[in-house]
Amino acid sequence: MSQFILHKENTRGHANHGWLNAHHSFSFANYYNPDRMHFGVLRVLNDDLIDGGMGFGAHPHDNMEIITIPLAGAIAHKDSMGNSAVINAGEIQVMSAGTGVSHSEFNALEDVQLNLLQIWLFPNKKNVSPRYDQKALNVDARHNNFQQILSPNAEDDNVWIHQDAWFSLGKFDEGFETAYKIKKAGNGIYAFVISGEVTINGQTLSKRDAIGIWDTESINFKAISSDAEVLLMDVPMELN
Amino acid sequence: MQTTILYIGRDTEITIVMNRLLNARPEWKGICVCSDAEAISILETQKVDLVLLGNGIDSNAEEILKKNILSIQPKVKIIQHYGGGSGLLYGEIMTALG
Repeated sequence: MSQFILHKENTRGHANHGWLNAHHSFSFANYYNPDRMHFGVLRVLNDDLIDGGMGFGAHPHDNMEIITIPLAGAIAHKDSMGNSAVINAGEIQVMSAGTGVSHSEFNALEDVQLNLLQIWLFPNKKNVSPRYDQKALNVDARHNNFQQILSPNAEDDNVWIHQDAWFSLGKFDEGFETAYKIKKAGNGIYAFVISGEVTINGQTLSKRDAIGIWDTESINFKAISSDAEVLLMDVPMELN
Repeated sequence: MQTTILYIGRDTEITIVMNRLLNARPEWKGICVCSDAEAISILETQKVDLVLLGNGIDSNAEEILKKNILSIQPKVKIIQHYGGGSGLLYGEIMTALG
């Protein structure tokens, strides 16, 4: 029998630092909620609004798979592996922090607010060699379709990570219905509504609401508004 | 009363950042080292409430280190610190200390 947990938009942690307006789906930085620590290996889902030209100076990370999806605007990224890049809306960036990496992230534009999702997953292997990748996504391929944007497999389209996780993005017309089959036994789904209104397994979700579902093999999805955009995170429920 | 937290990791830059983060809170006293020998020396001379294992410690070394830590201070809590920065630190410590 499937189980689920609802995380409504207004129950997320919130920190407004002026230049950074952040919403945390799980405990992060000074936001601590023992009931919101992780969903399986999904540990962080931050929804950040960053003012023009502002951002995070060089800071280190280790042993975490870090995925960044800009929803609006562009990120300027530099890291200790020698990567210097701009990631635009419509692209995805992934960084395996492994044994340790330092990076900075800034809004690449002076006059446009940056909105990004930053997602951290516990890795399935500690102390891997740090790696970086970014890919431009075919935005058209997600119209009425859950487009796979991340997987554990290097040979798949788009990006891969050190974890048995699959991410998909979809943008749907009103009334469109589909089902999503979980990729691996024991995984659960954390579905985050980027925009619009949908139902998942009969639960109505609005913009920035989320639902976590586990002990199931598939989920049922229906768009109930015309601009419904959803990120599905198919992740192991057991911590390694 | 301060909680004494010992961080052990192999990356010097992360260790410096962890030292700054842990000691930024008046309720915590952070001691951050890169070598197991330094860690053992600290455990032999002062009471530690929590040990954070950071990056770069391979699984064999981790097993030996945990055994050595607990042989000196059997009641100390040992947890993995993930992420290498401030993002998860507060939650990890609060959870570990109950």
